[in-house]
Amino acid sequence: MAENTSSRIDVLKTYKLFIGGAFPRSESARVYPINDFKGVHLANPALASRKDLRDAVVAARTAFPMWSSATAYNRGQILYRMAEILEGRSVQFVDEVSALEGVTSRAALAQVKESVDLLVWYAGWCDKISALDGATNSVSGPFYNFTIPEPVGVVAIFVAVKPSLLNFVGAIASIISSGNTAVVVASEKFPLPAITFAECMATSDLPAGVVNVLTGLASELAPWIASHMDIDAIDASGLLPKLLKEVKIAGVGNLKRIKVPMDIKSPRRILDFMETKTVWHPIGI
Amino acid sequence: MNPFEYASAPESTAIVSIKDRYGLFINGKFVAPKSGKYFPTINPATTKKLSDIALANQADVDLAVKSARATYVKVWSKMPPAERGKYLYRIARILQERAREFAVLETLDNGKPIRESRDTDIPLAAAHFFYHAGWADKLQYSGNGSEPKPYGVVGQIIPWNFPMLMLAWKIAPALATGNTVVLKPAETTSLTALLFADVCIQAGLPAGVVNIITGAGSTGAALVNHPGIDKVAFTGSTEVGKLIAISIAGSKKAATLELGGKAANIIYDDAAIDEAVEGIVNGIFFNQGHVCCAGSRLLVQESIQDEVLTKLKARMALIRVGNPLDKNTDLGAINSAEQLAKIKELSNAGDAEGAERWSPPCVLPNEGFWFAPTIFTGVSQTHRIAREEIFGPVLSVLTFRTPQEAIEKANNTPYGLSAGVWTEKGSKILWTASKLRAGVIWANTFNKFDPASPFGGYKESGWGREGGKHGLSAYLKASN
Amino acid sequence: MIVDSSTSSLRAFLKTLPAVDEVGAHARAGMLATRSIKTTSKSWAIDTAISMIDLTTLEGADTKGKITGLCAKAVRPDAMDLTTPSVGAVCVYSDMVGIARRKLDEIGGKSIPVAAVATAFPSGRASVAVKAQDTMDAINAGAAEIDMVIDRGAFLSGRYGEVFDEIVRIKELCGARAHLKVILETGELVTLDNVRKASYLAMLAGADFIKTSTGKVTPAATAPVVLVMLEAVRDYFEMTKIRIGVKPAGGIRNTKDAIKQLVLVNEIAGPEWLTPQFFRIGASALLNDLLLQRMKMRDGYYESPLYVTMD
Repeated sequence: MAENTSSRIDVLKTYKLFIGGAFPRSESARVYPINDFKGVHLANPALASRKDLRDAVVAARTAFPMWSSATAYNRGQILYRMAEILEGRSVQFVDEVSALEGVTSRAALAQVKESVDLLVWYAGWCDKISALDGATNSVSGPFYNFTIPEPVGVVAIFVAVKPSLLNFVGAIASIISSGNTAVVVASEKFPLPAITFAECMATSDLPAGVVNVLTGLASELAPWIASHMDIDAIDASGLLPKLLKEVKIAGVGNLKRIKVPMDIKSPRRILDFMETKTVWHPIGI
Repeated sequence: MNPFEYASAPESTAIVSIKDRYGLFINGKFVAPKSGKYFPTINPATTKKLSDIALANQADVDLAVKSARATYVKVWSKMPPAERGKYLYRIARILQERAREFAVLETLDNGKPIRESRDTDIPLAAAHFFYHAGWADKLQYSGNGSEPKPYGVVGQIIPWNFPMLMLAWKIAPALATGNTVVLKPAETTSLTALLFADVCIQAGLPAGVVNIITGAGSTGAALVNHPGIDKVAFTGSTEVGKLIAISIAGSKKAATLELGGKAANIIYDDAAIDEAVEGIVNGIFFNQGHVCCAGSRLLVQESIQDEVLTKLKARMALIRVGNPLDKNTDLGAINSAEQLAKIKELSNAGDAEGAERWSPPCVLPNEGFWFAPTIFTGVSQTHRIAREEIFGPVLSVLTFRTPQEAIEKANNTPYGLSAGVWTEKGSKILWTASKLRAGVIWANTFNKFDPASPFGGYKESGWGREGGKHGLSAYLKASN
Repeated sequence: MIVDSSTSSLRAFLKTLPAVDEVGAHARAGMLATRSIKTTSKSWAIDTAISMIDLTTLEGADTKGKITGLCAKAVRPDAMDLTTPSVGAVCVYSDMVGIARRKLDEIGGKSIPVAAVATAFPSGRASVAVKAQDTMDAINAGAAEIDMVIDRGAFLSGRYGEVFDEIVRIKELCGARAHLKVILETGELVTLDNVRKASYLAMLAGADFIKTSTGKVTPAATAPVVLVMLEAVRDYFEMTKIRIGVKPAGGIRNTKDAIKQLVLVNEIAGPEWLTPQFFRIGASALLNDLLLQRMKMRDGYYESPLYVTMD
């Protein structure tokens, strides 16, 4: 803890992007100012460009084979570890969230605790989602027929604005629990907790590239995300209706699965970003 | 003379600290038994005493059940499910942290090789807690209705063959579903359960949620018959399982039973032979054959019998029997003099009935309880060694000519816990699996366990399943 | 004769081989990797591993200087401890054989054979005439061992007769002057079933050794691959009483890896293979790690790479 003397100057944080497990600045070298709810300057997070997005997608795609073939138990343990780390860093987030959102410290702390619990909740789904959505199907004939849910691939996420940390955590936890990797566009207005949370991700054994975080303008990044042929699905929670419509049209190129999940806490949120595979095999000697 | 004789590589026991004597763990702390009695527990590899264990009597059982009930009513049933789950996550993480300590203690008390307790028993136990922690607040998705309820207080009795793992199989789902427990470990292997009590304390688990009462058969009977428990969960012999079922008949108590087995391990002629031989060895010599689901009957297709037996014997010659604490030991000590006597008795019966016994040359230690890995060939279905559970490192070899005959022989037993199938032909795996009357079928593998995979038997191998979504219903009263 | 050299006969035979269950093979290799080799058995294993190394340099940039340095290291791996064994062989490109043989003879390494990679190593993509010439050049320059590559393209497209014939041809050229190691390039064969089949193809065609890899492709000598090859030589010995050697090459970087290989040999093929006559390790950096471990066992403290020589 720093000495509480009024003469001590704080060392302010630089907020960079989180791509491939590292924290680079935007290749465009741009930033944009973020003020607290009173209008006082807080930070200059990076203003991500389409090239940053391109790099993030490459990182996510590269990480996908290993992450999706890790055991569900392993993924669950990593999500639980993220909860451990977030719990330990609660105080750091309280200041950030209350300064940005203009809520009391108490409310901010409650949001952090809820985010920890949401991570724990999704950690527990990794090795159970197939029991919920998988099936063996009674077909008419000497065949063993089973259905398994599988991760869809690389998912782009537009995080809803408020509550900033909770929405971020709920989105990525649900989406990566099944083996997807993600490129996240933090909310334009409250981007800082997303980058601070990236520090948690970087220290919790999450393999590089599984989650990548961009800060910047949804309006600038959305068209590039929507048309990107190597993004499989989009969580469009943070998009306003007009932009959502444009994204749906541009996303048709590779038939992206574009969803606006209803609940922050539901197994449906996991299944929204999964494919379903059914296998047949004869039974006989 | 092999120039590459492995030097002894003992795991240090410095990591464990065994008390001279243990009380009972009731309501969050250790208390002396009201019986005032203790009994010794020994290391079966050396016969040296490890500690004195409390003998719980009726009064002790009563106290434990009352604590479990009080805690259920006042604390555990009122706790939000997510918070309940967090205790289980804590327990899982602490077990992972203290894994080596538990592994060494398990090997000392049980006699199993350190490699097995280190690489199989303890990691699986931690995984069981981690898996079930995640169900605590998701029970409405488990297929038991939208608002399933726990039973209340469950009495659990576990065997000596996988002490810590069996504890995890019992306690994790019970707690995840909202029950409180009174658990009685096996007489010869109480130490890891008592160490687990310390984990509960470190995890901050509310007092009375888990109660551990050590003792003998009378303790178990007192627990089963206690009017204050709502459910019984038992893993052990079919004989005792039946006695339990009788004693609770007429009461409102629910029960799940994981009992004996005499599994058939079927090797078809189109199997991947080398891996199948490995599967035979794993099937019967893993854990000294003290496994309810052991592949104790090899059913080998007659056309490949010679080839398989030749490879099997060569493989068995590599089995290292000896000091369980040696990291290179494959086969450890038999758990008790009593069990050793049973194995010898049945093996002698095999000789007497005309089967042909074979073991690789094996130097057994002077102290402790030991039995060389053994196979009997020329075994028929009527032999005692083909019918009765030996629960030791003894394999009975039978043959079959056709898949139909394999099925008939495999199913021709009152047991139905597990079976193995070895073939590279997918449709034959599925056909065989569909015909076998067994609760767990391993195809091209054996003795694989996972908290997500339901385990339990058909017929006299018991009632109910443990693990997976299906294992939860054992501890829940389903709603609509 | 088990087979004739026609593709159809070979294909029929290879089909009769039992399949390998990949998960089971990995599990067995994994279990054997937990063997704890300490004290006396560790010392024995380190010295044995050193004596089994085919000390290798196969770079486009190889020069006389590089080769002669390698040879000096091969004869005397640790100048400060002359109890250290010499390696099993020196392995170089065929046009470097002469330099290696002369240097070894000069410095007391007469008993160390020169092994040459040949047959358009590492790809094997050249005419049979070129491959034969490559082989003869090496033997004439003094190579006592030839490490040839199989034609993986032919194997993967089912032209087993061609693969077989090439090996037979090279073996003929070796005659009594050189022993033949056949490199399967298991990383390109991918499946353990293919490794088993290619092992048998090579043994039937006259290989003295079957070798995992060129070292230019990963994965190379993984434990499950070596396990399958050891099973092959074990079973082939049962069938024919001919004992064929195994050489893992590539990816064996440190003492732990090397000891794991020896455990595999011990428990899969058997102790009869625990000699440089029937087991070699193709490596370069491994030697120094073995030396560091040897020094630690001798001195009782952890060593630094500063105390072993680069060559």
